[in-house]
Amino acid sequence: MHACSLSEEAAISVIRRLLGSRAVAALTSPHSVDHYLEYLHPMLTVALVRARVVEVIRDTAQASTVVLRPNGAWDGFAAGQHVQFGVEVDGTRRIRCFSVSSSAARADGTFSVSVKAHPDGYVSQFVHRDLRPGTIVRLSQAGGEFVLPARVPDDLLLLSGGSGITPLMSMLRTLRDTGHRGRVTFLHYARSRADEMFTAELDQLAGAEFAHLHRVYTREPGRGGELTGRFTPEHLERLGVDPAATLGYVCGPAGLIATVRDTYERLGAGAMLRTEHFKVPAVDTDAADATGALTFDESDVVVDNDGGTILRQAEAAGLRPDFGCRMGVCNTCAVKKNHGAVRHVISGDVSANTDETIKICVNVPVGDVSMAL
Amino acid sequence: MFGKRKPAPIEPLSASSHDEAPKPLVGADAEKRSPIGLDYMSYEQLEEFGNELDTVRRRVLDDLGQTDADYIRRVIKVQRAFEVLGRIGLFFPFFWPVFVAGIALLALAKILENMEIGHNVMHGQYDWMNDPMVDGKRYEWDIVAPAQDWKHGHNYVHHTYTNIHGMDRDIGYNLFRIDKDQPWYPSHRFNLPLAFGLMLVFEWGVMYHGVELDEYLAGRLPKDEFQARKKRALRKIGRQLLKDYLLFPALTLPLVPFTSWWVPLAVLGGNAIANVIRNIWAFNVIFCGHFPADVETFAKEDAENETRGQWYLRQLLGSANISGSRLFHLLTGNLSHQIEHHLFPDIPARRYPEVARDVRRLVEKYGLQYNTGRLSKQLLSVARQLATLAVRPDDPYQRGNSPESKALRRARRERQAA
Repeated sequence: MHACSLSEEAAISVIRRLLGSRAVAALTSPHSVDHYLEYLHPMLTVALVRARVVEVIRDTAQASTVVLRPNGAWDGFAAGQHVQFGVEVDGTRRIRCFSVSSSAARADGTFSVSVKAHPDGYVSQFVHRDLRPGTIVRLSQAGGEFVLPARVPDDLLLLSGGSGITPLMSMLRTLRDTGHRGRVTFLHYARSRADEMFTAELDQLAGAEFAHLHRVYTREPGRGGELTGRFTPEHLERLGVDPAATLGYVCGPAGLIATVRDTYERLGAGAMLRTEHFKVPAVDTDAADATGALTFDESDVVVDNDGGTILRQAEAAGLRPDFGCRMGVCNTCAVKKNHGAVRHVISGDVSANTDETIKICVNVPVGDVSMAL
Repeated sequence: MFGKRKPAPIEPLSASSHDEAPKPLVGADAEKRSPIGLDYMSYEQLEEFGNELDTVRRRVLDDLGQTDADYIRRVIKVQRAFEVLGRIGLFFPFFWPVFVAGIALLALAKILENMEIGHNVMHGQYDWMNDPMVDGKRYEWDIVAPAQDWKHGHNYVHHTYTNIHGMDRDIGYNLFRIDKDQPWYPSHRFNLPLAFGLMLVFEWGVMYHGVELDEYLAGRLPKDEFQARKKRALRKIGRQLLKDYLLFPALTLPLVPFTSWWVPLAVLGGNAIANVIRNIWAFNVIFCGHFPADVETFAKEDAENETRGQWYLRQLLGSANISGSRLFHLLTGNLSHQIEHHLFPDIPARRYPEVARDVRRLVEKYGLQYNTGRLSKQLLSVARQLATLAVRPDDPYQRGNSPESKALRRARRERQAA
């Protein structure tokens, strides 16, 4: 809130707390107070996070950055977190999960998300092509565990590929704005300079003291720095990064993450690595697992396991489970699994515990599974 | 406020998700075909009839978009405005024109909320919008009946097994004899006065119906399920009573020193009147939906193994419309288009007039009956039904407590046991 004085801000926060109180909820029951307020103005909500689009910046031919001014329901974010981003198109709200790309230390009340238009991503395409300043978007609170620790160590590795750069860009900017003193190695792989997001800002940061920036253009071997080609363990060696002593953050395509994880694990430093995936394979490639029956207990529906995620199979069976990001981060779709084994499509972990809660958007059944759906 | 709340279990057959034909009643003899509709058309025609209605359904669903979203939001906006203004008007009992206007606005707000918004949203008519505010799974309405149990009894049981004796608990609500195929019991002598009483307390009737005490006592509902229903109902009742009869009256306590001691009581009374007006209106509209004369009911044996076309036909023959102006349709939540609503419960109600044109075309094509009329005509028909069927029938087989009926039931039980 730019023009608000401190007392005004305090008053607004008191009103906000009052409107969100149980007493007011008892008066508006069975609805919430937001069921009334949003019809006064969509930004006036107490619990529902809404934001107005301030600016849409086209970073590359495929990627845009959206600057947002959230309403007072927004609790803020930590660098590396993501939000569920909802736009309404022809009466239907479409939701996708995007990483925050701006600095967590920004003080003007805005933040931004950066989005690469995915060929079959409805929302990302819409954001890139049609989103206009002034539009009101529906958000969730920021979420995700892919964040810096409370006490930031001196040495950090921020490694990204393609649009996986967004959460790491938020970290880099935050470290810059909070005056980080240490050695941050920022290693980014893009197909080409034209495909790279945040190019101008990264160029500016090239001489920064707190960070060493290394950008590798995998399809333009001559243009980047000393490194060429896709990520290999030698790249870390060449940059003098010791995985055992450097907390690493990696975000990008599954192949990149897997290679980096292998590198860390081979050196016994698996605990030093934090990862975040961007795309989720919808169908498990290991077709040998696509056996057995998937049972939705509460709906009394049984289907043959087709190897897809439980969420997809539930939808195909006519059920309408809650879902959010559809990529295993937001936890909206979490449902109790009564019994059976499931495999996490990202980590590959198989878990067979009875009565555990799983995210159905990233788990495929392994044999017979029964869900409390 | 928007914390973790366990969503109502998903009903695979609920009207809000029956893209597939509802699970038909399967008889002991799987070869036997359902005779429903054979008076009007052949099996081939029934199939074609079903396909034509499926096409209509598909066409409307494909066409849903911004105008439908804008419509329901506009209705909600008006409803919220009426409610807030009504509540404010109720704070002025010492100035009666404002007070009366307050009661009227609050009653209107409750009518809109229950009928055009609540009932229709909970059918899943706006689920395609993916907006949590109008999500059929999450919506809770301003009435003492909890949404979850109402949705089970209404969306699933009533809308799937419409007008099948012994399956649709909405035929006379286990209270009235509204169809001549229902056995007569002495309590039915009071059909009319009972209906009048229910009219005044209708929301409590809806709540009681959803608790399903009768099903529990008959051993058809497990005890834990019954207890859960009771608990949900009590919690909802508590919230509704607290709001209408305690908190809002209490808000006028600061006015007492400047006005009069009875002001909070007047607010309480105003709330009660608004609730009763809503009860009377909802009761009248809903009783016209299935209870006028000439609405057909069906035997369970006949509905067994019915096809999609027969399911559609049963909905059409088992429902009755009310004609009226656009405002009238809005205030009935478009339940005045009961026939279209029963054919397509999950299509946004504002589309029913458009759908009605197709339905009427099919009605003419197949020589079917399309039961419609003004509110007064339909109400009179219902009242006449209630009065006529209250009289003790001479035929002992129409009386539930006659030795002949008892012998028949005993014989059926023994046959089933064997």
